[in-house]
Parts: sequence; C-alpha cells; structure tokens
Amino acid sequence: MNIILKTTAAACALIAAASAATAECSIDGGRVNIIGNEFPAIQTVAAAAAECTGVTVEANLTADHQTLNVAGMSGNPAEYTSAIVANSSIVALINEDVIRPLDELVAEYGKDIPQRQLITVGGKVMAVAFMANAQTLTYRADVLEEVGLDVPTTYEEVLVAAEAIRAAGIMENPVGGPYAAGWNLAQEFNNMYLGHGGEFFEPGTAKISINNEKGVATLEMMKALTEYMNPDYLTHDSNGTSAEWEAGNVALMHMWGSRAQVLMDDEGSEPQVYENTKVAAPLMVGDSGVPASTLWWDGWTVAKNISDEDAAATFQALAYAVSPQTLNDTTMNQAVWLIDGYEPAPVSEGVLAAVASGTKPYPMLPYMGLLHTASGDNIADFLTGKESAEQTLADIEAAYNAAAKEQGYIQ
Amino acid sequence: MSKATRQPPSVRIMATSFLVIWLIVAAFPFLWTLWGSFKVEGDFFSKANWANAIFGTLTQEETGSSFTGAGYYGAWVQEEFWRAALNTTLVCIFVVTVSLTCGTLGGYALARSTHRYAFWFLLFALMFRAMPPITLVSGYLLPFFEWNLWGHLYTTVIVLVALNQPFTLWMLHSFFKNIPKDLDESAMVDGCTRFQAFRHVIIPVMWPGVITTGLFSFLLAYNDFAVTTMLLSKENQTMVPKIASFLGTTQTKGNVMFAVSAVVSVTAPLFVMVMFFQRQIVSGLTAGAVKG
Amino acid sequence: MKHSSFFWFVLPSTLLMLAFIAFPIVSVVTQSFYTAHEQVVVQVENCGPFGCTQETSVDQEATAALREAEPMGEFAGFEIYTDRNHLAFGEVAAAWVNADGLPDFGRSLMNLPFYKALAFTLTYTAVVTPLTIILGFFIAIAVNSVARAMKGPTIFFSLLPMIVTPLVGSLILFWMVDARGILGAGLQWLTDDPNLSVKASTGLMWIMLMVYGVWHAAPFAFVVFYAGLQTVNTDTLESAMVDGATRWERIRFVVLPHLFPLVTFVALIQLMDNFRVFEPIVSFQASAHATSLSYAIYNDLGGETRLLSSAAATSVLTIIGIAILLSPVLVRTWRDFDRK
Repeated sequence: MNIILKTTAAACALIAAASAATAECSIDGGRVNIIGNEFPAIQTVAAAAAECTGVTVEANLTADHQTLNVAGMSGNPAEYTSAIVANSSIVALINEDVIRPLDELVAEYGKDIPQRQLITVGGKVMAVAFMANAQTLTYRADVLEEVGLDVPTTYEEVLVAAEAIRAAGIMENPVGGPYAAGWNLAQEFNNMYLGHGGEFFEPGTAKISINNEKGVATLEMMKALTEYMNPDYLTHDSNGTSAEWEAGNVALMHMWGSRAQVLMDDEGSEPQVYENTKVAAPLMVGDSGVPASTLWWDGWTVAKNISDEDAAATFQALAYAVSPQTLNDTTMNQAVWLIDGYEPAPVSEGVLAAVASGTKPYPMLPYMGLLHTASGDNIADFLTGKESAEQTLADIEAAYNAAAKEQGYIQ
Repeated sequence: MSKATRQPPSVRIMATSFLVIWLIVAAFPFLWTLWGSFKVEGDFFSKANWANAIFGTLTQEETGSSFTGAGYYGAWVQEEFWRAALNTTLVCIFVVTVSLTCGTLGGYALARSTHRYAFWFLLFALMFRAMPPITLVSGYLLPFFEWNLWGHLYTTVIVLVALNQPFTLWMLHSFFKNIPKDLDESAMVDGCTRFQAFRHVIIPVMWPGVITTGLFSFLLAYNDFAVTTMLLSKENQTMVPKIASFLGTTQTKGNVMFAVSAVVSVTAPLFVMVMFFQRQIVSGLTAGAVKG
Repeated sequence: MKHSSFFWFVLPSTLLMLAFIAFPIVSVVTQSFYTAHEQVVVQVENCGPFGCTQETSVDQEATAALREAEPMGEFAGFEIYTDRNHLAFGEVAAAWVNADGLPDFGRSLMNLPFYKALAFTLTYTAVVTPLTIILGFFIAIAVNSVARAMKGPTIFFSLLPMIVTPLVGSLILFWMVDARGILGAGLQWLTDDPNLSVKASTGLMWIMLMVYGVWHAAPFAFVVFYAGLQTVNTDTLESAMVDGATRWERIRFVVLPHLFPLVTFVALIQLMDNFRVFEPIVSFQASAHATSLSYAIYNDLGGETRLLSSAAATSVLTIIGIAILLSPVLVRTWRDFDRK
C-alpha cells in the first residue's frame, strides 16, 4: 500500500476515519520514514503515524524489509528513521549498530508507554513492542465431537486424535502445520525442541547444542505428525496450510495466532468449516512442562545515524501510532495488541494462553538466525527418509558451525 | 509464397497439429487465469475441487453471481494500480531506447571489428552476465542509499540497461554478422564515414534484429522483479513489485485476486504490441535488402 | 574497423557494464576472501512483554574498535571456499577415505549443500538447454509456415509463457499441479494412481521444474529463430529445390547453417540462464527436493543474519562454473572469429 501521506492528506484521512479523530499528534519538524513488513497490523501502525501533523511521514512496507533495513539505515543520514522488527530480526540491527537506545526519548516523550511494551537489551531500551504472536493449536470442534475426543493439549494426544479421525473416515490427512522446507520448517523444529526442554546453545556461548536425545525426539515427533499430513507438507507454508484448512481438509493445525481471524471469518470456506474453527493453547510435548511454541513480538526502533530532531519526530509519531486511540472496531482484531485498551477476542485466545502457560520467547541471540537457516536447509532430508535423525542433527551442527565461523561467533 | 516454401499436405498437417498442441500448452494457463480472474479466491485457488474455478461455486455464494469484477475494481480503483502501470510504461520506454542505442552501436562495432580485443570484449561481457543478479542487487543497496540514488526510476532504468547490456550486445552482434559486410564497406568506399555508413546503410536493414532485441529488452524491463523490488521506493513502484505486494508474505484475503486481475489486464496491451511489431519483423524481410 | 571508431562505438556500453557489473564483481571477489571479525559477545539481560531472560549480545564498543582497525574484516584467503558450506575439501576427503564403494561416496557427497545444489543445477542445465532449443526451432518453423493473417495471434500466444509474469504464473501453476489442481488430478487420472502427488516426490519435482523451465524459455528460442528465418535467402532455397534436394535436406543444408550463429547465441544464453536457475525453486517451494547455486546465494542473503562472504564465494563459484560450461562454445566462437 502506498503510504506517502503528506500532512494535508493525513488530515483528510483523519476526517474520514472519524472515530480516531480525537488525535493530537503535532510535531514541530523532522523527518519520519518507516521500513517494515506489510501485514495489516503494521499497515495500521504506519497509517496512524502518518496522522501526525508538522512532519512528513513516509513508509515502505514490503516483504523485503529485512534486506533493505540494514542498508537503508547504514548511511549517514539514514534513509529510514525507523524499522519495524520482530524479536528475531532486531538482532541484525543491533549487530550492525544501526539503531539507537531510546531511554532519553522515552523519558522525554514516552512516559505513557507501559513498561511491558519496552524491549530492553542489557538495560537499554532498544525497541517498543506493540503486538504479540505465537503458534498454537487450531482445531475443528465438530470433527473432534464426532470422534468423541477432547481438545488435545499435547502432541501425543494430537496423534491419537489424528488416528481416530482417519479411522472414522472423516479426513484422510487431518493434521496440518507450516512445514514448508526452509524458515517455516526450522521454526517448527524450534518449537518442538523447546517443548522437549531443549537448549539451542551452551549457555552464554555460540556453541550449538542440539545434537542430543532431545533433538532426536523432536525430529521423531515431527515425522510422526507428518504421517497424518497432506503428502505435500514440505511445500505448505502458512498460506498453503491455511488454504488446506479453509478447504475443510484439516482438523488439527499448528498455526500462527495472527492467522486465526482469517480462518474464522466467512470468506473462503463453507459455514461448517469457519463456524467450527476454534483456537486453543499451544501444545505440550513430552514431560518438560514447556509448551512447544515460541512467543514473538513486533515493535519499532529508531535509527542511530539521524539527527536528534528526526529521532525525536520519529519517536513521537510512532509512540502516537501505538497509543490506545489506534484501536477501533476494524483494527482491534488485526493482532494481539500489547497496547492499553486492547480487548481480547476469541481469535486471540491462543496467543494469550501461550503467554499464560509460560511459553518461551524466540531467543534474541546474535547467532540464532544462523541456526534457523541451517535447520531449515537440513530437516527435510530426515522427513523424506533420506537420512537418519542423528545424521540430520550432525548436518545442522556442521552447517551452523561453518556459518558461525564465517561470522566470527566461533573460532 | 514461393515454390520453395510450399509444403506437401502430410507435412502441413503435422506442422499444424504440432502448432495447435503447442499453442494449447502455451496459452492454457493464461486462459485459465483469464477465466478465473472473475471468480473469488476460494474458487480460483480451490483446494476442495478444481472444477470450482470453472463453475464458481463460492463466487455464487459470496457475491450472488457466477462472475465478479471485484478483483479488477480492487486492483485498479482501490489500490491505484494505474500508477504502477504508468511507472512501468516509463521504465520500459527508457530501458528499450537506451538499451538499443548503446547496444546497436556496440554490437555493430563488435560484429565488424576483426581485432582480437573484440572477441575478448564479448567474452568479458558474457562473463559479466554470469554473475547472479541477486548478488549484484544486494551489493547496490549500500552505495545507492549513501548517494541518494535509491528509489528513483532513473536509477532502476540505468541498472536494468546495464545488467541487460551483455545480452543485448551478444544478440545484436549475432544479427549484425548476418548482414553482409559489402553493404557498409561499399558505402565507405563511396566516402561515408563509419558512423554515416552505420546510420544510412545498416540501420534501415537491421530492423528484424533490432525489433527482436527490443522485444526482449522490453520484456525484461516489464517482467523484472529482482531489481525493481529492491531499488524502487513505494511511490515509484512498477507493476511486478506492486503485484507482489498484493500477494504479500501473509496473503490477505481477496488481495490475491487483485494480483490475478492485474496480470490479466496488463496482458491486453502486449497483444496489441506484438501484433504491431510482428509486421515490422516481416517488413524487414520484404524490404529485400538482407541477403544471407 | 579502426581502433578509434571501435572505441567510440562501444564506449556507452562499456561504461555501463564497468560501473554496474565489473566493479561490483571486483568487490564481490574481494569480499569472498574476508570473514567477519571475531565477535565480542557479552551476557546481557533482555526484558520485554514476556519477562526477562539471560541472553547474549554483540558488544558494540569493542566491535567498533575492531572494525576501525580492519574495515574489510579478517583476511581468510580461500577458507570460505573450502569450508563445509562450499567446496568442503575436508568433508569430501573424509568421505572418500571412509566410503564403502563409489555409491556410498556419492551419497556422502550429496549430503553436502554445494554438491547437492550442483547436481541439480547441472542436470537441469543439461536437460533444459537442448530441449528448449529443439522446441523453439520447431515452433519457429511451424509458425513461419502459417498463413499471414494468423501470424500475429500465433506469435502472441507462443510468447505467453514468457510474458505472464513468473510471479503469478508460477503461483497458478503451483496450484494447478497440486494433487487436487487440474493438472495434478489429470496426472492421477492418466497414471491411474489416486495418491500420486508431484510435490511430494523428489523425482517428479525435478521433472516438473524442468518442464516448467522448457515451457518458460521456449518462446525465447522461438523468437530468435523466427527472426533468423526471415533472413533466409529464398533464392538459395529455390535453387536447392531445383537441384532436387528434399525438404529435410533443404533444412539441413540451407536453413540450419544460416541459423547456426543464432543457435550458438541461444545456447550460450540458455546455458547461462539455466545454470543460474532460481525463480522456479522459490515459486514452487521446491527447496526440500532441489536446490541450485543461485538458491544457495538467496538463502545466504535472505536469512536473519546475512552471510555476505558465503554468498560472495558461491557467486564466484557460479561464474567459474559457467565459464567451464561455456568454454566449448566459446572456443568455437574464437575459431570463427579468427577465421575472419
């Protein structure tokens, strides 16, 4: 969406938006240019920032934000004054030293921001979070009722339920999940490995520690699940899996909380499917007591290589954009907002349950991205039966070590 | 038609049936898309039954009729796709002109030079083309942001021309080699300079080659994704990145059909263009100046 | 041609290529010999909406000093080229020593990312290139013989696989070959196997990628040959006819030699493009079954932490690979050139 809204245009938009028109965001000069991903909640934040008067607010919301943000914030002055990031992607900006600590700006302009929204790294505020996300169980209430089973709370129960649904002849492949080779598959591995109580690295170091029984158990469980998935599961990302769901082919699915609203609305599927779509807490696996999922936040940062005036303008505009007035009937269900005044809806039950049940956040480690890529490249070989679990874990370890050595994290 | 190209019936039937099969294979996905662009997403990308895309079961349910123009309305009116179309038009016009200007000059010189460096020049140009474009584009980002070149249409035009220059040079060089040397050399004996010979003798007879090369330059600029998605700011976006933004990483419902409709509606002008230029290719032949 | 006029004729192209291709290649090659500095990692407490955790972070001040001292990073020589994610000399040697016969060695080799990618890349190139040329040639001959009024539409429809933007084209094809899409269902009906799924099998996925490759590139070969056919001398054809040459002989001895420079050209471009195969792998989500060198670069650059040196090394290896692949064609061109 093209959001280069000059102040006049923003004023018009304000009148049109009527309900949000109590805005009072006027900034005396400065430049605001936001880079970020393009899903609806971020669009909402960028549009709200553009309501501010006295500054030009530009935004480049694109799927390629991760490639553009470091380059676009490296120059002096930086092209982008703010990048919207998640807990996985903020580390790249910290590693390259292109974002500034926000403590002074918070003290001056951000007293209203609740403490829980502030992301601190080593005591310094580096970002302000505005929404949370997590992968949890999505299920079809009617199908579970038909086979007479309760909602599964563990992956072991998912396997039992899947067998029952298949045996009853309701669905051939009742289990779904974003298992597309690459990032998605690696993320499923991360979830399941944490669920088994695993640690990715030896504490405090970049030494990888996934090559153990927990890693093997993780892979075995993933493979057991894929027996009940559509045979094409290695090509199904979250879009593909959602499409399977809407076609009524899947009854138990591991899915992002942010997708629940789309699955529950009346577009794209039969009433029997969308009326019976429900979300539950993230699943447990084994006996570790840690849910097999990760918690995510999305938040905004402020660039380092810009004038203090621009930084102040950016901070004010974005602080305004994530203040309670942004929430209205249309935006309320776009995400699980961390903003004051958010009223949870049925679609967000899964994410809230994930937070409540002690799910671990996705690690904010400088070398986590390297492990994520290495896993994504190698796990498919195990699932397709080309090699053993031990071999796959050894391959991940070797691929990670080569990459981490190149990046200087291990010697 | 001359005697030499007349064909016996058996050959004719074989050639025709081969062509018909090819045309079906080539056009089927597009025709399917054309038909499906008037359906809702649930039908067009139906996981339940592919026949839904033909009959429009969900379209009927959601809109009350078997056809809907919602995709077209959304793309052109709501999302202002015409801006992207305008940008693409500009990019294409400039890429084709600049590319052909540089390319014909260079290609001609390379075809006529008998010195060894001409070969090495071609060889290096070819090796330049071997570089994967993703590496090049990600290398551009930092300096372009630094020098404030990022985001503008002209930067993208120049980059596209440069990246495509090896291809253009090779292609035109091959075509120029088919044009007999005597043509321009006799003109030079008559007192023309090299450039005048090129301008007055070669240009008029090289249209088939130039049109074909121009067609590829055009298609490259028109279809490019790797460069345009990385180097253009939102307001200068061309069609392909715009279509990509309709799709998005998290496909927002309905937006996918914007992309499908946009693709269908921009193919129509290309039809007119191809119809026009195929005559140019043939007219180059009837001018009769080219002797193999 | 005089040196000076050659110089002025090629100057615009040269400047463009130097600035936007040659110079970046030099910097990519340089980059591939350097690794990042040793990172100074410190323990920190990170807090956010989900509580606090003990994690690590890069110490910016210490790193800034290191960056100041050596802006390019640490010189590593050929270390990146030989590490496991590239040529993997150490692993290949170990596999050779430990291998239980040649097939076992092959399996170990295919477990290394570079060789796995190379295997698919080479197969793809070897299959798609000749098929594209042959198909393009026959389409050109067939289109050339249709009635004039029909030529425009036939050319347009023949160009469609190339015109429709791959972004959406592959999205639609990806859906079509799904087990429940029209082509996937058609295949199941043809083979009488209701469980057949193209996307689930490595072999079928390879075939599908190659079919797509030929389908997508055939229009290119077709247009080049078609334009070439327009310049075939009809006098020569007719005199060949008078001499009693059959139709096949006329194609063999008159048309083909005339088109030969164009065949060389199409072969060069296609070899190169196919060796850099990338888009279909991403669009068809095929990376579980097939990867290519360009996909490896994309993977290095697309992660949360970008592996610049690794991507640079793979790029250089790609160029070298293409140079080796093209050398026969180039030697031919060199001989042609010398003959002039």
